[in-house]
Amino acid sequence: MSEWIVYGLQQLLNALQLGSIYALIALGYTMVYGILTMINFAHGDVFMIGAFFCFLAAVYLGLPFAPALLLTVVGTALLGVAIERLAYKPLRNAPRVSAIITALGIGIFLENFTLALAPYPKHIPALLDSTNWDLGGVSLSSLQLIIICLSLGLMFLLDYIVHRTPVGMAMRAISWDKTFVPLMGVPVDLVISVTFAIGAGLAGAAGTMYGLAYPVIDPYMGIMVGWKAFISAVVGGIGNIRGAMIGAFILGGVEIMVAAALPSTYRDFVAFALLLVLLIVRPYGILGSPRIQKV
Amino acid sequence: MKNSAYIETREWLAAQRWLLPVLILTGFGLAFAIPEYGLLNKYVQLVIMYVGINIILATSLNLVNGYMGEFSLAHAGFMAVGAYTSALLTMKVLPVADYPGLFPLAVLAGGLVAAVFGLIVAVPSFKTRGDYLALITLAFLMIVKSLIENIDAIGGPRGIPGIRKLTTLPWVFFWVVMSIWVIRNFVYSKYGRGVLSVREDEIASDLMSVNTRRVKFLAFMLSSFFAGIAGGLFAHVLQFISPRVFDIIKSTDILIMVYLGGIASLGGSILGATVYTVLLELLRPSNFAALVSWLPDALFEPLNQYFIQHLGVWRMVIMPLALVLVMIFWPRGIMGLREFRWFIPKRDLDAHQHHTEHESRHDASHRQ
Amino acid sequence: MTLLTASKVKHYFGGLCAVSEFNLELQAGELMGVIGPNGAGKTTIFNLITGVYRASEGSIQFKGTELVGKTPHQITALRIGRTFQNIRLFRDLSVLDNVRIAHYAQSDYSPLEALLQIGRYRREEQRIIENSRRLLAIFHLEAMVGETAKNLPYGLQRRLEIARALAIGPELLLLDEPAAGMNPNEIDLLMEFIQWIRKEFNLTILLIEHQMKLVMGICERLKVLDFGETIADGTPEQIQNNPKVLEAYLGRGQSDEWGGRRFGRYPAGCARSGGHLRWHQGVARGFLLGRQR
Repeated sequence: MSEWIVYGLQQLLNALQLGSIYALIALGYTMVYGILTMINFAHGDVFMIGAFFCFLAAVYLGLPFAPALLLTVVGTALLGVAIERLAYKPLRNAPRVSAIITALGIGIFLENFTLALAPYPKHIPALLDSTNWDLGGVSLSSLQLIIICLSLGLMFLLDYIVHRTPVGMAMRAISWDKTFVPLMGVPVDLVISVTFAIGAGLAGAAGTMYGLAYPVIDPYMGIMVGWKAFISAVVGGIGNIRGAMIGAFILGGVEIMVAAALPSTYRDFVAFALLLVLLIVRPYGILGSPRIQKV
Repeated sequence: MKNSAYIETREWLAAQRWLLPVLILTGFGLAFAIPEYGLLNKYVQLVIMYVGINIILATSLNLVNGYMGEFSLAHAGFMAVGAYTSALLTMKVLPVADYPGLFPLAVLAGGLVAAVFGLIVAVPSFKTRGDYLALITLAFLMIVKSLIENIDAIGGPRGIPGIRKLTTLPWVFFWVVMSIWVIRNFVYSKYGRGVLSVREDEIASDLMSVNTRRVKFLAFMLSSFFAGIAGGLFAHVLQFISPRVFDIIKSTDILIMVYLGGIASLGGSILGATVYTVLLELLRPSNFAALVSWLPDALFEPLNQYFIQHLGVWRMVIMPLALVLVMIFWPRGIMGLREFRWFIPKRDLDAHQHHTEHESRHDASHRQ
Repeated sequence: MTLLTASKVKHYFGGLCAVSEFNLELQAGELMGVIGPNGAGKTTIFNLITGVYRASEGSIQFKGTELVGKTPHQITALRIGRTFQNIRLFRDLSVLDNVRIAHYAQSDYSPLEALLQIGRYRREEQRIIENSRRLLAIFHLEAMVGETAKNLPYGLQRRLEIARALAIGPELLLLDEPAAGMNPNEIDLLMEFIQWIRKEFNLTILLIEHQMKLVMGICERLKVLDFGETIADGTPEQIQNNPKVLEAYLGRGQSDEWGGRRFGRYPAGCARSGGHLRWHQGVARGFLLGRQR
């Protein structure tokens, strides 16, 4: 009996680790969606660039963990702002799909640009000395602990920013009404850029942690992880920040359970089947609210 | 401003509707003649076939994404269903080695099975729209892909090698013409107008007596049918299929062709598919080198050394950048909501001419 | 002949009662108006008739066919046409297509005939286009068949919406605030216009309106709604002098602008939705009576 509990706790820990990474990326999707109602398909690739920056910082600059993380977050935040300014802003008044296609284009560009730079796969050196603790049979590595704590910390920070600061208030206001908020003197362009910076920075942090946990970089790694994070955002109710976190941990948990019970090839199948069922049963996600059409 | 000579030529050309059947017949003639007499080399023939297949994919996706205004990511999934169905038929069931005439049956079967799969997406579309439907289509694609990966009887993740090369130029041409003709007929029928009205305002459409479920159902079935046909043709050109061939990247390619060409436009899809496919091929180092080989050596050598040699990797960097630029400068794509006038039925023509007599309009507007 | 009957129709949004005990008998050929303050449930009644909402209780019958439980397109195909309070044209489509789309239920060919251009397809399409052009000509819109609907001026959009509703070939036409956004002169024209299409197309008309001028001018019978309840029913003259109607528009006690009515006024079983801003007394008196005199 007790070994089942130990096993369960171990899997729970794994689920938390995976879920935190999904959550950090999902936040970027959900924030951008909340403000621009646009699915930023390039976001998964920003996550990949984050892992790539971390690799550069570790190998070429020889930085330890904390500065490498900081550099990555700043780098991806700048990248996010650049993408928004150069590619999305000119399309803000264009049909919505044009922006989505542009986002797809940017994603492909980031993948292939990274691919063109060097041969792959690359290995990220261990930035942290990982120690393993044995807690009554449950093994916990310092790496896991750092990933989970840091992610949770960042999420609480974001939640604070969105719900307690003027910038956050502006973000929520813009997502509520795009026509009149600018007339109230809210600097919309600035707020949108800040949103992209925060979202991309979080994806960069996720990329770093992912790179530490699974230290192989491949230019296409962002696609699947990005989609999974997007599913998390939808499961939680897209546009809803707390929903994205909940969705990410649910998806992480489900994936770990599937991996434990079935061959690994079923992992994606179950993740997407879950999405399909949820969308049919509760199309607006766990914390989202249904949109009512007036006649 | 475009000059009047250009406009006149365009108008004159648009009026010569008899040219369309003539062009189609010529096309058929060429499709038979080219392989028969070796008019073009094998590689160019292959590229033409890919262009044709991509035209079928783009026009059929345009039905859902352009005319109906949804965002489907599932097209590669329907293509996979058609490809696997027809490939399994030609390899295991139909004796195509003895009777090559059975090949079209296999392709048709692929299309029909894909159309049945279209139901899986059509049914949720009754209640779900927009971004959430886009996710359902994505989930569909991923589920199809991982199902194929998990069924060993059809090759699992390794796929099916050794498919016969049965797709020929005339068959591709035939299906291109069929898909454009059928989709065009659909679009200019009451069902097609129903699809357009669903895009504009679903509730109003229902209240104007349009059976919205029926038209959605038809649009998804028709779209997936032709995706399946394209899949069947594709499998018998490539001669090898695996789940990886039909992943999200394939869907993205088709999306790009559709939006590059312009939504709700068959002419746009033809242009988008052709431009995208041909450009990607031209950017291959050997082709690009051949293309600029007329340059004097003094120019060609450095160009070759610093640019062309690296195109193999960089062409996939250049293409998406070009796409982003096109989207920024032509957000509606090349043809965006416009159409080749040869494709528009005669009775519809004057409803598409946006005339400019503003005075007469205002005159008419204030009495009833 | 009774064309439309509604008996004991109730509708709830969550716990809120939007329509309670709505009864209606509309004779063929009649022109009837439904009036009432904002939020009285007028548009909800149109939505219940046309199947956008499914009535929580009660029955609605059109020429003996039960409408409750049918989908909007089934109901519309029975020849009930409607317009919308805020214009809902197919904005990016041409004027002609807007009218042609409304022929969906009346044209009779299968998808297969459409895909292969065989059978009834050509004949039916020709008929649709001729009928559409005829309608547009009647509405003086024939010069702009190819114009995109959203580019038409407001007045023409309203007119196109009526043309589109008539393309269904309706016996019953539901007009939802046809005079919204019009000035008094335009309203005069609209009144003539409604009378005229009624004769020309042999219509029974049910209309919702805020503009008392229009309602009092052309309706033969009126129904006054307030908070989902029918508070009066009769000819315009009867309605004008009905104390209950005055009260609904003016408020009862003159204590304040926010309500001026007591809890007892709320129908049994209906939740109170909170204070409603009532018309200021003077404004309301002018609104209801002034222009008529």
